[in-house]
Amino acid sequence: MVSSSAAAVASDSVAPTDNFPHKLEIRNLTIRYGDTVALRGVNLAVREHEIFGIIGPANAGKTSLLKAINRMDVFTSGMKVDGEIRFNGRDTSRLKNVYALRSRIGVVFPLPVGLPMTVYDNVALSPRLRGINTKADLDVIVQRCLTRAALWDEVKDRLHALGSLLSGGQQQRLTIARALSQEPDLLMLDEFSIAVDPVTTMRIEDVLKELRQEVTILLVTNLVQQARRLADRTAFFLNGECVEVGVTEDLFTGEVKDQRTRDYVEGRFG
Amino acid sequence: MATANPTMFQASDLNQHNQRVQQRYRLLFGLMTLLLITPVLLILGTLVVKGGAAISWEFLLTAPTNGMRTGGVFPALLGTIWLVTVALLLSVPIGIFAAIYLSEYAGDNWFTRTINLAIINLAGVPSIVHALFGLGAFVLFFKFGTSILAASLTLAVMTMPVVIVATRESLQAVPQAFREACWNMGATRWQTIRRVVLPNSITGILTGVILEVSRTAGETAPIMFTGAVFFTPFLPQSVFDQTMALSLHLFVAATQVPEIAEQVPFGIALVLIALVLTMNSLSIAFRMWLRGKKKW
Repeated sequence: MVSSSAAAVASDSVAPTDNFPHKLEIRNLTIRYGDTVALRGVNLAVREHEIFGIIGPANAGKTSLLKAINRMDVFTSGMKVDGEIRFNGRDTSRLKNVYALRSRIGVVFPLPVGLPMTVYDNVALSPRLRGINTKADLDVIVQRCLTRAALWDEVKDRLHALGSLLSGGQQQRLTIARALSQEPDLLMLDEFSIAVDPVTTMRIEDVLKELRQEVTILLVTNLVQQARRLADRTAFFLNGECVEVGVTEDLFTGEVKDQRTRDYVEGRFG
Repeated sequence: MATANPTMFQASDLNQHNQRVQQRYRLLFGLMTLLLITPVLLILGTLVVKGGAAISWEFLLTAPTNGMRTGGVFPALLGTIWLVTVALLLSVPIGIFAAIYLSEYAGDNWFTRTINLAIINLAGVPSIVHALFGLGAFVLFFKFGTSILAASLTLAVMTMPVVIVATRESLQAVPQAFREACWNMGATRWQTIRRVVLPNSITGILTGVILEVSRTAGETAPIMFTGAVFFTPFLPQSVFDQTMALSLHLFVAATQVPEIAEQVPFGIALVLIALVLTMNSLSIAFRMWLRGKKKW
């Protein structure tokens, strides 16, 4: 099984190439659920090793965008994706093996989903799916990922306790460690701080700043100040449209192309 | 210190009324529960009182003699264990695999909905109809003759729908978020099933399935045309032999044998019910063992 999936990865490789400066390019993306349009004609590009923020109110289509990038549309009945998403230069709609794509993209959900297994197994799951089964190798990966997610010190003595026994903030860092264990090219976070206390949020934000050296981060957030603290560039989504993409600080203090963007970041939005 | 206004804490008429209504409903539900366990206690009590005297090692371990009036139930007990075991071996893998397909792979379309409807309807088919199907299909068409195999196949077909439903319910009790978390990290459906879904549902699947299948120990109609006989002096040596079975033996002893001691049919019924309860207890013990092992 390992060899066959490895061959599939090779034939469907989404490995980075130097020809494409952009990690992720989205062209004219439209997402529909039945008759409802969730996202309309979105164009944007995420550069390698940047934190790209996406802000906007509920129903703006932010989560749908993440789903489409990770090709999770096949699991959602009625979800239809038109347009082009290029990841590492490859059109994701034409991949024969979507598992190769998904394994390179780590996703963190708004509410932590600690899988019903031990802390250790949660983080070791993705390496095991890739065929890494040696305990010594797994030990190294688990410790490294938990350390990078700022959780190691808190759980190192109970790695074999159930992951769901951790507190909410710890579980969210566990899901981040799990996403990192995929050794992703792209890390997508969907309003990760919704169920996390402010102190833990700050710790995770520090982690993200460090991770920028290694991975590209797509940060969907409902907190405009979080985008301001972290994101190099930010897109503002509203009612299924991408209103504006710009250098984050410009959205707050510089020139904006669309007045609605300034209204939103300053909280003057009805 | 300010004194509390006493009227502040007085229950209003509506509060009083709500509380009385609540107590009445509680009483009603409690009485219904009592009513529910009454027949269970009466059945078990009657069987023990009237049939207890018949039970002995000799009764369990010898064959009936003197036209079933004396002797024991050993060939029927052994036959029932044969029938249920073979039926389990046939229906459980097919049922569980089909349920995994229906729950984890099949999309929600008219084809799946039709299959689900068919399964529900199949569960409602009377056992005598299954008996005639088994006679036509397994005994005559496949030429298995009246044998344990034909009877167990008939029982398996009859229990398949409940196996599928029990399995599907256990699978669907695993939250969808767990699957999505796995898929998101690049796991295939099968990897997700093996690593997350099955480990979290296997105890429920196995106990549900064993509970359902052990009920087939008491079925009479599906086996009387297909593999069970009133009396045979031989114990079954393979699945192609005919066999006696407790349920049919009870039916015969209770209705077809004149001048039989009253305690004999009650004793047979007691053995049958004890067999089913033993299987159920084993499945519950198995579940507790699995839970204990996983510390959930």
